[in-house]
Order: sequence, then C-alpha cells, then structure tokens
Amino acid sequence: MDFEDSSEEAEFRSTVRRWLDENAKGAGELGGDEMAERSDKTFLAAARAWQAKKAKAGYARITWPKEVGGFGGTAIQQVIFNQEEGKTKVAGLGGPFGIGLGMCIPTLMAYGAKEAIGRYVKPALMGEEIWCQLFSEPAGGSDVAGLRTRAEKSGDTWTINGQKIWTTGAQISDYGILLTRTDPNVPKHKGLTMFYLSMKTPGVEVRPIKQASGASGFNEVFFTDVKIPDSQRLGEVGQGWQVALTTLMHERLAVGGGQGGGLDVKELMSLARTLELEDGPAIKNAAVRERLADWYVRSAGLKYTTYRTMTALSRGQQPGPEASIAKIVVAPKLQDISAFAMELEGEAGALKGDDAAAHGAFQLGWMSAPGLRIAGGTDEILRNIIAERVLGLPQDVRVDKDVPFNKMPSGR
Amino acid sequence: MNFDFSDDQKMLRDQAHKFLSEQCTSKVVRQVLEGDQGYAAPLWKSIAEMGWLGTAIPEIYGGLGLGYLELCVIAEELGRVLAPVPFSSTVYLFAEALLVAGSDEQKKRLLPKIAAGELIGTFARAEGVGAVTPKSIRASFKNGKLSGKKTAVADGRDADFAAVLARGSDEPGERGLILVLVDLKGKGVARRAQDSIDPSRKHAELTFDNAAAEPLGKLGEGWQLASRVLDRAAILTAFEQVGGADTCLAMAKDYAVSRYAFGRPIGSYQAIKHKLADMYVNTELARSNAYFGAWALSTNARELPLAAAAARVSATQAFDYAARESTQTHGGIGFTWEVDCHLYYKRSRELGLVLGSQRSWKDRLVTELELTNAA
Repeated sequence: MDFEDSSEEAEFRSTVRRWLDENAKGAGELGGDEMAERSDKTFLAAARAWQAKKAKAGYARITWPKEVGGFGGTAIQQVIFNQEEGKTKVAGLGGPFGIGLGMCIPTLMAYGAKEAIGRYVKPALMGEEIWCQLFSEPAGGSDVAGLRTRAEKSGDTWTINGQKIWTTGAQISDYGILLTRTDPNVPKHKGLTMFYLSMKTPGVEVRPIKQASGASGFNEVFFTDVKIPDSQRLGEVGQGWQVALTTLMHERLAVGGGQGGGLDVKELMSLARTLELEDGPAIKNAAVRERLADWYVRSAGLKYTTYRTMTALSRGQQPGPEASIAKIVVAPKLQDISAFAMELEGEAGALKGDDAAAHGAFQLGWMSAPGLRIAGGTDEILRNIIAERVLGLPQDVRVDKDVPFNKMPSGR
Repeated sequence: MNFDFSDDQKMLRDQAHKFLSEQCTSKVVRQVLEGDQGYAAPLWKSIAEMGWLGTAIPEIYGGLGLGYLELCVIAEELGRVLAPVPFSSTVYLFAEALLVAGSDEQKKRLLPKIAAGELIGTFARAEGVGAVTPKSIRASFKNGKLSGKKTAVADGRDADFAAVLARGSDEPGERGLILVLVDLKGKGVARRAQDSIDPSRKHAELTFDNAAAEPLGKLGEGWQLASRVLDRAAILTAFEQVGGADTCLAMAKDYAVSRYAFGRPIGSYQAIKHKLADMYVNTELARSNAYFGAWALSTNARELPLAAAAARVSATQAFDYAARESTQTHGGIGFTWEVDCHLYYKRSRELGLVLGSQRSWKDRLVTELELTNAA
C-alpha cells in the first residue's frame, strides 16, 4: 500500500508536466470555478486556443482512440492529466467543452452515422464547436423521461415544439443533443427519440436564467416550429431513452470530480484562527473544534475514497461503487461549512464581498451550495441510485409505468 | 497509486472471513453475552493456532512478523462477526504497549506468550467517570509497587497481564506519569466484574494494593506512550468498527427486501432507501479513513496521530449510525432479544468508548491539524 505512481504512470506524469510547462504559459490567466459560468469573449478565445493545443497533442481526450483524435490512453492517464492540468493556471479552461466531449460526442459516436462522426468529432475536440445537452424540462427534472417537447414527423422532416431548461452553456453552444417526445400514446419511456441539431436552426431561442445566486450559468431553450431532417436522429424512433442512458452514464463519469468551490476544513480553520468568540479565539472553542473534526473526517474520507478509485483504474479495473458517493458528501458539506462560518462571523456574517471575512468566500459558497445539491442529480436522486444500483433495493412503485404518456396526471 | 490491500492480504481476509463465518456465528457471541464465561475459549484457541495473535509481532519475538496491513484485514473480519474474544485488548493494546514501550527483555518474555495464545493482556487507564486526563490518573507506582483503582477495563476480568497508566512521582501533570506492567495473577490484585452495555465483552474494575509492577518505559513518558498505543489501537479498532458497520448494512438490506408493508417491500420506500444509502456513504468514508490509518501504521508515518484520530472518529460515527438505523429499519422485531440487531447496537457503543470517546478524539484530531496544518 502506497501512494506512488507505477513507473509507467510516473513517466507519463513527467511527460505531461513537461508539456504543460512548455505550453500552458500565457494560455490564460483566468482560474477558478467561476470559469464554467463565464461566456465572455476573452475567456472563450483563451479556452478555445488551449483546447486546440491539447487536441493537437492528443491530450484533449486521453482515453479516446488515436483514430478519432484521442491519445489511445488509459483511464488512469486521464486522471493524471487532469491532476497536472488542475495545478496550472489553465485549470478551468476546459469548462465549455466538458459537456460536449464528456456526454454529447460519446453519444454521437455510439449512435451517429459515419459521416456525422467524421464531421463533428474533430471540431469539438479542437474547441471550434461547443455542444450542450438538451434534456431537462420544466416538467421533467429528476424525472427526465417525463419531458414534453414534441417532435412530429412529416416526410423526412421533424418539427420540434417545446421548451428545455437548466441547459448549461446553451448560450455559447453551436450544437446540442435533444431528447424529444415522438409518441405520447405509449408509456413515457417508450415514446422518446433523440436528435442533434445546430443551435442556430431557425426557431431555437436561448434565454439565460438568473439563478438565486445572481449568476447565470444555465439557460432556458425554446423551440418554435424548428425543422430538422431525419438524418439528425440518433438511434431508432422510440429508443430515445436507451440513447439518453448512454449520455447519462457518461455524465456520471464526467461529473464526480472535485467540486465544492475550494471551501473546506482548511479554509474554515483559517477563519477560526482569526476570529474572537465570547470565550476567546474561535479555534479554541470546543463546539467549533467538534464541527471541524466532523467535516474533516468526511473530506479526508472522500479524498482517500478517490485514491481507492484511482487504484482500481491504475490496476486496469473498473472503479467500485464507492466512486458514486462524492457529490452527496461534497454539496451538503459546502452548505454546512459556509453556513457555520457565517455563524462564527456573527452579525457581519450577513455581509458579502470585501466587507466580509475571506472576501466573502463563505457567503459565495453558501449561495452556490443549493445549486450544487440539485445539479447533475439531486441529493435525493443520488441516494436512490446508491440504494437501487449499489445496494440492490427494489425500485419505488412506478404509478406511471404502464400508462400512456398523454393519460398521465400532471401537476405543476 | 496503490492504495489498496495486496492480493495476498485479500486472500488472508477471505480465509479469515470463511473461518469466522463458520466458527463465530451469533450463537457463539450470544453464549458469551448471556453466560458467565469471559470469552469464547474454543474460538480463542483456534485463533491462536492460526497464528493471528502474532500477525504483527516480529518473528524474533515469536510472531509471524507479517505486518499491520495483515492485522488490519483480520481486525475487519473479527469486527464483522463481533468475535467475543480478548483479541483487541491483547493484540491492539497490550502487545502494542510492549512493542512501543517495552524493553527487549520484556518483549522477549511476554510477546511469544501472546503470539502462542498463552497470555491475555489488557490496558487500563480510566479511574472514574469523565475524561481521562493526566490529572485524573491517581493510581500510584512507587518502589515497584502499584496501588490504586482502574475501572471499565475491557477483558480485565480474564486478563493475565495489564499495562497500567499510573503516577510514578509527585511531579504534576504528564511529567509524573508512567506506564507499568502488572501480573494480574500476582498478590495485591483484586478484580470485580462490572456490568456493561455490552456483556459480549466483559469489563472489570481492577484494584491494586501494593501489587508488584515494573516500569514499561520511562517515568514522565507514560502519557505520551499511552497516547501512541491508543493511536495504534484506534486504527486497528476502526477496522473492527467498519466490519461491524458492514454487517449492519447487510442485515438492514436483507430485511428491507424481504419485509413487506402496505403491499410492497419496505426497501422500495425512499425513507428506507435514503437511510441505507447514508449508511453506505458513512461506511465507505470510514473505510477509506481506516485505509489511510493502515498505511500510516504500516509505515510508521509522521501522519499517524492524525490518521488515527480521523479513522477513529469516522469509524465510530459509521458504526453508531449503522447499528442504530439497522435496528430502526427492522422495526419492532429489531428490538427483540432474538434478532441480532442489539448485539451490534451494544458493540458499536462499546467500541466507541473503549479507547476514549469521540469528543476527546475530535479534540486530538483538531490539535493534530493545528500542528501539521494539514487540513
């Protein structure tokens, strides 16, 4: 038992490090998690340039075969690259391409025609074209299969009407994969069909959503009589759910990594060192120490769980189910730690920005935590997934299972 | 990255698992829980014959000299079945006290007997209700004689030897403390069995009245040495706790899929699913913290005190939660004597207290964080 790279891994790491040293300089001075939400031109230009550099070196997608522009490498090599890239100033520049390369393009490669694969994979790898995923709807969040956006066929053309929501990056995307309802007369999972389309197709309208935190990383996307040819269908008519599962499987692999806005026990300890409470320094307060220990064992537990996952990858094995626990641990912990920090700050904890302690980092964390607990699978859905897929508990009763979609009751 | 047990260690775990699932059924645990015997003697004998007691004891002292990673995998399996034997007192505490503080002569004299299963040992700190602090230690050691009282000593009723934290001089605080070695079969030692929340491990009060004792390490180092022993024991115990939590989750899951209410398995209700998912998450976090402890223990790493405290707190929380909520998942039947839930409920609390409560370990954890700036 140790934390060392194997000799091949160490060699790969030093190659990557050397390449990053030579190439990452000046690629972009921006850093941090807010990058994913950014869409301004300077940022996008820097992101595209960096992506192109990576793609030319084969590093844009380590595990993809060389024929499609990947590196032909292993999962552990991808982890090593991510770790090393994460230490540089270019960390975060990959944000705009994550959904496309992590979910949309793999789906296209699995179900798309040869010509489509030849046309779209490379520009996506190079950062020339950005993709988004058009699944969630006002009526279908956790229950994605409850979506209502209609696709109706006439000749070789489909007409799309409806609305998507929570679409990350739609405002900067060139293409999207789109899950629609093509048959409302059958139960919900059976009447879905997947397409891809250009976001510039007439009738597509993107509107940013102002989040509770004030930021705008997500969008609503409206479809009004949008015409797309049948050649842009992915998978068979009515098989959209199976196709979507391919995408979502990739989502779980793509998400999962280190989230949490960098706020953890270390930051809370730094704060506790500087603050005075009624009975002296906060760091000496027994209640504060107890909470610090509680969160530390969760952070450390997660860190070493990641090491176990990496070990499995390093041995060429599939990671165990423990890899699925990260987001349930990280998101509520962020909310708890930031709320507790504000408690320690007292009345001035209500301030944000430079008038607050740590330049308002805890207030920012607290504002973003509710989103983190919902996006990419709510805490509740993730618990269901662990209970059903890891522990093998039976599914909940599905009252809508055999009911045609258009006979299903609907609330708000 | 190689943060897992080796294939050989996993094979040892599988062998231990197979042996214990056959030889340490809940019937064996209940015999000790309900009876007068201090431990399951036939099981203890088999465990000794397989050499488990000497897993981490060097060969020159009669052990197998395998190492701590091997001891960790055995600990997890013992915890899984609540093995009612004085393994932890003897191996994690007493043998470790000898290895950490003993002279070569003491090691040569006693470790081979431990490895052979001829000696049960224990470790005695607490003298009353409340936190154990240097100030709370009043048992006094002078001129080779120990006098005083120790309470809640696990396996103290059946142990042959004890490592005892005592006051060796009039100097205040830690400076006056010393760890001593006492033959509990000698003159001047009285034992009184104490009722405890978990009678599958017997506890006792030990009274020393000018009992013969010998120093284990130097005067003034008693507190530090005891802390080092506790750190090592905390990591090994964490593996027992993780094993116990695993069993609770497995029992709760088995019950949740086979018990029907309102026309369907209770495991199909989210109230039960989410509870079990939380058990799983807590147990995996605890397992990962225990792994880090195992690494620190096996390499004698600088991080050992922090790793021990984290493993201890995480495993105590995971086993407590799993035992409580497994009982809750079982409903009324889970509160009966005939179902095993209460065995785990009792052991989870006992293990959570035996090396000191979470409260004190959390404080140590943060102290380590302050020292190492590692958070």
